[in-house]
Amino acid sequence: MGIHRGHRARPLEWLAEKFIFLVSLSTILMVFLIFLFVAREALPIFFGQANTALVQKVIPPEEVDKLSPAKLQEYLELTPQQFAAMDKDSLKALMEVKQEALDEIPANFRNDPDARINTTEWTYLLLPHQWSGYDKPEYIWQPVGQIQKYNIIPLLVGTLKVTLIGLLFAVPLAVGAAIYVSQLARPRVREIVKPAIELLSGIPSVVVGVFALLIMATVLQTLFGYQTRLNAFVAGCALGFAVIPVIFSIAEDALTSVPRAYTQAALALGASRWQTAWQIVLPAALPGVFAATVLGFGRAIGETMIVLMVCSASVMSWNIFDSARSITTTIAAEMAEAVSGGPHYRILFMLGALLFAATFVSNMIGGLVIQRFKSKLEGKR
Amino acid sequence: MNTITPPQYLPETPQGRHFRAEKFDFGSFFFGGLTGLATLFILGILAVILLNILINGWSAISWHFVSTIPKKDFFDARTTGVLPMIVGTTIRVFVMTIFVIPVGVITAIYLTEYAPNTSLVTRVIRAAVNNLAGVPSIVFGLFGLGFFINFIGKNLDALLHNPSAVWGQPALIWAALTLAVMTLPVVIVATEESLKAIPPGLREASLALGATKLETILRIVLPQALPGIMTGGILAVSRAAGEVAPILFTGVAYYMASLPHHVTDQFMDLGYHVFVLSTQSPNIDQTRPILYATVLVLLMLTFALNIVAIIIRARMRKKLRALG
Amino acid sequence: MADIILPKINLPEAKAGAVTTGAPLIEIEQLSLHYGASKALKNISLNLGEKIVTAFIGPSGCGKSTLLRCFNRMNDLIDNVRIDGAIRIGGHDIYARNVDVIELRKRVGMVFQKSNPFPKSIYENVAYGLRLHGVNHKAALDEAVEKSLQQSALWEEVKDRLHSSALGLSGGQQQRLCIARAIAIKPEIILMDEPASALDPIATSRIEDLILDLKKDFTIVIVTHNMQQAARISDQTAFFYIGELVEFGPTAKIFTNPAQKRTEDYVTGRFG
Repeated sequence: MGIHRGHRARPLEWLAEKFIFLVSLSTILMVFLIFLFVAREALPIFFGQANTALVQKVIPPEEVDKLSPAKLQEYLELTPQQFAAMDKDSLKALMEVKQEALDEIPANFRNDPDARINTTEWTYLLLPHQWSGYDKPEYIWQPVGQIQKYNIIPLLVGTLKVTLIGLLFAVPLAVGAAIYVSQLARPRVREIVKPAIELLSGIPSVVVGVFALLIMATVLQTLFGYQTRLNAFVAGCALGFAVIPVIFSIAEDALTSVPRAYTQAALALGASRWQTAWQIVLPAALPGVFAATVLGFGRAIGETMIVLMVCSASVMSWNIFDSARSITTTIAAEMAEAVSGGPHYRILFMLGALLFAATFVSNMIGGLVIQRFKSKLEGKR
Repeated sequence: MNTITPPQYLPETPQGRHFRAEKFDFGSFFFGGLTGLATLFILGILAVILLNILINGWSAISWHFVSTIPKKDFFDARTTGVLPMIVGTTIRVFVMTIFVIPVGVITAIYLTEYAPNTSLVTRVIRAAVNNLAGVPSIVFGLFGLGFFINFIGKNLDALLHNPSAVWGQPALIWAALTLAVMTLPVVIVATEESLKAIPPGLREASLALGATKLETILRIVLPQALPGIMTGGILAVSRAAGEVAPILFTGVAYYMASLPHHVTDQFMDLGYHVFVLSTQSPNIDQTRPILYATVLVLLMLTFALNIVAIIIRARMRKKLRALG
Repeated sequence: MADIILPKINLPEAKAGAVTTGAPLIEIEQLSLHYGASKALKNISLNLGEKIVTAFIGPSGCGKSTLLRCFNRMNDLIDNVRIDGAIRIGGHDIYARNVDVIELRKRVGMVFQKSNPFPKSIYENVAYGLRLHGVNHKAALDEAVEKSLQQSALWEEVKDRLHSSALGLSGGQQQRLCIARAIAIKPEIILMDEPASALDPIATSRIEDLILDLKKDFTIVIVTHNMQQAARISDQTAFFYIGELVEFGPTAKIFTNPAQKRTEDYVTGRFG
């Protein structure tokens, strides 16, 4: 029949298939690259190689040979590539520059105990410290000034404050609406309301931020009567509002995937729609609703613009009516002023890497829970 | 006996015709009502936001506003304009689609048509797509800075022996690429949905006639899936037009005197402008109308992009149904 | 065999002895097919002649469609399928390692149970296979399309609306269109997997007439669960039961004087 030609007859086809496969692999590559390149800029911090101490022991340029390459690189604050690219003379010149800089520090400052501290060490990033001029140990994030304070605890607290308020606001509303739309409302109503709430997710966060800034802040202040108009509470509520569509769609999807057989069995026994929803459907859909919350959490932690617009002072306080700065807003607000390659720059990248890790983990958990939930439902069918 | 006596626990019904509830089910009414209220509340705030913007913004918008390039002090309501922001937003979104649609469609084709379902690689790719969807937008900004600008851009400059940074600095192209990575999952998911909706019988018919898999995909499957792909593109565009965090370090500029004309230029942006107007204005009362007008322009632009794409998609659907 | 109650099957007179005596076109030798661990086809050996209609009959799940799909290697599309034994078409083993499956499918066409015209115009549906073959010249396409549509008894009904959507045709017309599409590329063998099972009796009889006509130019293998249909249109019949070939022979013999009891039970309606 003349059909003996095999694979070799169609090299174009084979080539196209390989090409398509390679392009698809790029998605995996992208996730890797994101983590790699964000962490890359932050590596010196992780390995304790940055040194912001203002007063350091001066190493005279003549002793350039006495130092091991590792110590010399650390002393001069160079990256491995930069260090490798330099020859002995340029290293010596750099040492001279550093010596001059260290000599120029004013004497009174030199006596300040804070000046000797390498503020990028992990103890200072995480633990409270009593800085000169303060009467007790504090957590302070203040990257500007002679002595840069990089404690990240205020940022973590700020993030948590805003995120938790956001979730407390969003989860009951979104889950409640999901129950209503998927179990209690008439199909006609469902067809209008579902896309309307999903329309909410199409509003850019800057717009929600404007709304929060101009209207929500005033309304909430008149309702609750607190001091600072723009605070974590307002930011949290606005953030919650932006997260509602995410939680709503996943929860509603989960509730609708519960087999109709359960609902009909309950109704046939005389249960009301609410009883069916609350006692039968919701427990069955609980993993999905849980996953919706987890994914909403991930979205809330990562939100930048809303919190950035509403509040921006970095205050270390658990009081929700004080201002707060989250990890995302810090990165957004301060990156422009950070010297490229400097310690501030690197710490901001480190914060970004931490954020990525946190959302990565929460997304994996959420995704796994949804997968298990869906296969359980399908297995039962 | 011919008649059946009802068991004792059933209530006597008058004339045996109507069933009436014995007592009012308070729990159902209350909790059911609460959920309805939750829904109303959400919809209510949505309506308030949109109406607020519409009412305040409509009065401040003018043809002059959308067609002027503002001076450095764009807080002055008389001379301000948003033309460069409109141009900036539109161009960056357009360049983004050039990158995101091919990669997204090809990946979706692999996942639906070629990938063996049980393979580890397939599961990892799907996990990767899900994870990309969950990365915070500011982290994308950092990625754009750390990878595109500092790595690719700087090396490109070195390769081309540029004396000063041309590629190794914030630019339109890097912002567009960062957004492309960010919206990739949206395109992939939408394309996959539309590919899955095509009945397998069509693919079988084509293969049985002696078409190769690639020919089947190119001649039968993709044309059918085109409306769905467009939907993915629309969603990606809408999302990207409103995002500010990823472009903060990758290309947006506070002020530029002229419109961008090269991919290495920086650009102004509507969303970023809204941010600047609301947080850095010297006189909020004076700036308020400009602010609302800019927000309205942003929403109208997104809305207009959506409508254009929906129309194209509807036309495509009609064409597919009528002829071949 | 005297106590068999035979159903009323009218066999056309010309059927007896209409089996070709030439070399078989399709030779199946000890063919077994496994879906994962289960065996769907067990040691089938069969020879099918040229330019005749062969029917595969048997109860649901007996493997007749699976066997049919082996002839154009459509089973390759399913994961976990393993084949032992050989199928030879025109003397060539189609499961040999260097066989080009695409070429095979151009020579062995298929019509499916549920008609599946492409969402294109009637003309483009028929022209699809031709374009794959490289025929792009308008005059050549026009001629080939007309010829195929005539051969599948559809031309008169659609000649005025060749460029309207194929999806606007009725079920029976769509199936005839699928047949036209398959024969446009002039395969040697046409496989039909229960082509009329989704159609009403009138449309069914038109398809059956069509098959009798097509037999002049093509070798046809048809899977059907309708015994009367098999009796009406086929020259040879093979009866399958749970993956095994029970009996094969001229249709007249299978329906009036089967050699195996199981065959007799099936064709008289005792089961299946």
